Amino acid sequence: MIKFFLMVNKQGQTRLSRYYEHIEINKRTILEADVIKTCLSRSKEQCSFIEYKDFKLIYRQYAALFIVVGINETENEMAVYEFIHNFVEVLDMYFSRVSELDVSFSILCAYLHSTMQRVPVTKWAGKYYLSYPES
Amino acid sequence: MVLPSLKLPELIQEIRGAKTQAQEREVIQKECAHIRAAFREGDAPQRHRQLAKLLYVHMLGYPAHFGQMECLKLIASPRFTDKRVGYLGAMLLLDERQDAHLLITNSIKNDLSQGTQPVQGLALCTLSTMGSAEMCRDLANEVERLLLRPSPYIRKKAVLAAVHMIRKVPELSDIFLPPCTQLLRERHHGILIGTITLITELCERSPAALPHFRQVVPQLVQILRILVMSGYSAEHSVAGISDPFLQVKILRLLRILGRNHEESSEAMNDMLAQVATNTDTSRNAGNAVLYETVLTIVDIPSASGLRVLAVNILGRFLLNSDKNIRYVALTSLLQLVQSDHSAVQRHRPTVVECLKDPDASLSRRALELSLALVNSSNIRSMTQELQGFLESCPADLRADCASGILLAAERFAPTKRWHIDTIMQVLTTAGAHVRDDAVANLTQLIGGAEELHAYSVCQLYNALAADISQQPLVQVAAWCIGEYGDLLLSGSCEEAEPLQVQEEEVLTLLEKVLQSHLSLPATRGYALTALMKLSTRIQGDNNRIRQIVSIYGSCLDIELQQRAVEYNALFRKYDHMRPAILEKMPLVEHGGPQDDEAGEGKEEPWNPNRESQSPTKTPTANLLDLLDLLNGASGDAQPPPALDLTPGGSLLHLLDLPSTTPSLAPIPGLKVFDREGLQINLSFVRPPEIPALLLITATASNTSKSDVTHFVCQAAVPKSFQLQLQIPSGDTVPAQGGPPITQVLRVLNPNKAPLRMRLKLTYNHFGQSVQEIFEVKDFPPDTWQ
Repeated sequence: MIKFFLMVNKQGQTRLSRYYEHIEINKRTILEADVIKTCLSRSKEQCSFIEYKDFKLIYRQYAALFIVVGINETENEMAVYEFIHNFVEVLDMYFSRVSELDVSFSILCAYLHSTMQRVPVTKWAGKYYLSYPES
Repeated sequence: MVLPSLKLPELIQEIRGAKTQAQEREVIQKECAHIRAAFREGDAPQRHRQLAKLLYVHMLGYPAHFGQMECLKLIASPRFTDKRVGYLGAMLLLDERQDAHLLITNSIKNDLSQGTQPVQGLALCTLSTMGSAEMCRDLANEVERLLLRPSPYIRKKAVLAAVHMIRKVPELSDIFLPPCTQLLRERHHGILIGTITLITELCERSPAALPHFRQVVPQLVQILRILVMSGYSAEHSVAGISDPFLQVKILRLLRILGRNHEESSEAMNDMLAQVATNTDTSRNAGNAVLYETVLTIVDIPSASGLRVLAVNILGRFLLNSDKNIRYVALTSLLQLVQSDHSAVQRHRPTVVECLKDPDASLSRRALELSLALVNSSNIRSMTQELQGFLESCPADLRADCASGILLAAERFAPTKRWHIDTIMQVLTTAGAHVRDDAVANLTQLIGGAEELHAYSVCQLYNALAADISQQPLVQVAAWCIGEYGDLLLSGSCEEAEPLQVQEEEVLTLLEKVLQSHLSLPATRGYALTALMKLSTRIQGDNNRIRQIVSIYGSCLDIELQQRAVEYNALFRKYDHMRPAILEKMPLVEHGGPQDDEAGEGKEEPWNPNRESQSPTKTPTANLLDLLDLLNGASGDAQPPPALDLTPGGSLLHLLDLPSTTPSLAPIPGLKVFDREGLQINLSFVRPPEIPALLLITATASNTSKSDVTHFVCQAAVPKSFQLQLQIPSGDTVPAQGGPPITQVLRVLNPNKAPLRMRLKLTYNHFGQSVQEIFEVKDFPPDTWQ
């Protein structure tokens, strides 16, 4: 099961955070800072799966933005890795060449996209959902 | 007058413009004040904007609980934009712990039954994110109704809501069980994925669902076949694979259904083989599917050919250059190694290669797998590799690696010498990280390998001379030098190159250990005791040792001080006992308690000249206790004794050891000799923990007018018994009822034969030397039965 889904940039600023389990708000910031520190200390050749405390982190770097997903042991790590890329592709399609700024400013949009309730949906369904107008 | 409020993008812009944390906080606090004022005024059209800003601020980590009631109001509003933000706010701000969350149950209910599709979707989304147990129970029926609506969008969301409900309230599985079979016939992949997840949850939480769903295994296999065999489908293709996420989910479900169930496993065997062979592995998506397939094959009782296929796939993964794939392969091989050990052995060289990888996750997995792969045939090469790894590995893996090597060495050591060498090397490389009992194990091992004493002590001396910072190594080396110092000094080691060591060098080294600030208190204790033992083993004189020991008599560390003072006493007043006390130790039982009730085969050299008074609990039993202090981790359990050196009971008081008090079995005493006022009485004690042992205390008392001097008592028993005479309390019995001499005799009677004893007494009485020999036959039956 996915525990959380984070988009954090290299300076440690959170662009999007979605927690699927209850974590207190002050612990969240600490967790995010710690996670991004761990991810930044890895080099390019190292593998994308980190064993962190009692769960696993799967991260992918896109330019200056890190997308980190925390999972427990029931998930297939490679499928989640693929899922992160899928998510980014949907955003890309919606914003046509998405960048970090797009995510920051269209925060509602990205949030609603990330309300996918722990089950990765296909691109098709994602596109359909995002086509609602926003005010 | 409220300033016109910012739109969300403008707020974000402002926050991004803040240069420091403090500035950002200021901006946000100002904005929060605005938002709170706006909420109080109840400005309906702008409310959603305010809440949106609040949610952004919440995401950055600032408290936002005052927005909860606003969420409720927005959800109740008829406008879609309001509802959208309201539901999002509910998902983020409300959860089970807040009291307000139950209030939205009604709104959700209304929206589920009467809303338009998007609204229903929102409501279902919110329910599946933050629905508490009560909410789930209330709304289960609504959700179930929506499962069968015509619109796939709603059905998909309803299935996901059902998944969440099952997770929260497993009893609802009765409601959601029946629709599953029908939902499986869907073509829409979103619904399919949701359904598969729902079935997985049902199977995991309610055991009754398992047999029900085993019947759909053929259906699942069919879906999988269509996915794998069908051509390119633009909608569902991810990197050339048709919906890998669905494939992975189906494979997982098949794993759960097939576990421990032959029939289902057989139905899926073909399909698994097909997936394994047909999946394109050039991209990550294909590898993800393959990985899941391998996990499934391993878990179900599958055909052996299939398992071989799985191991081969993992072997291919290992050789792949992509780190992710290697990591995944190592993890699965670890699971496999229990069941298919020989198959995994074939990949051992590759696994060992992965040990050297700079990536921490990979090397950790490789370490676990290597340790699991060690067996008696590859122990030497594996240990070499692992030791190489130990030198270069990161600190958090060192402890695991060291204990792994030690365990493997224990189980598979080909020779004792190799074993000792290996442990020594581990201690030298990673001494600070080994477990506490490694020292005890090593000393016990060395003690047991008689032929290797000389060799081990030479090696340890060399290691110690090179480096005194690794504490476990220093402790073991100090102990060995103390015990086998004579072997070291005689240079009689044939196995390694002959080493000429001078006594002075050894003493200097031990002193260095004692004084070094790197040494732990326990290590210092070892070194001090080793010095003492050397005092009997070396030929030169003991002045240097005496000096050192007396210096430490005023050391601040209580443990050291106690030892030093006791050893001082040994030098001064009990010098005659020193060689006996400091003899070589017998082999300690592995893992047994350090109590030495059976003084195994150590005949005390019986010395007639005693002047000190010691009560019945003689020093011998206590000596072994003293020496046992050094072994294992139990050394420091002694309470600090009083330091007065008054004669009399002081020796015992200093040694202050947990003496074994024999339990009192009332056996009648026996008077065996009476002549001219000198009486010998025997009293008996049978300690319950050793049935064959009998402790006899012979008491010589004098009621005559003349002293009895030079009193010596000797005893002999028949061959089937073992007799040990302990040191008598003295050899003079003053006249007129002066303090008697006591002596303890230990008799071991394993055959329970009737006890007979012959006693020979020699003494001086009334100015004449007397010698008496007599036999004692009528011991009470309790003494020997």
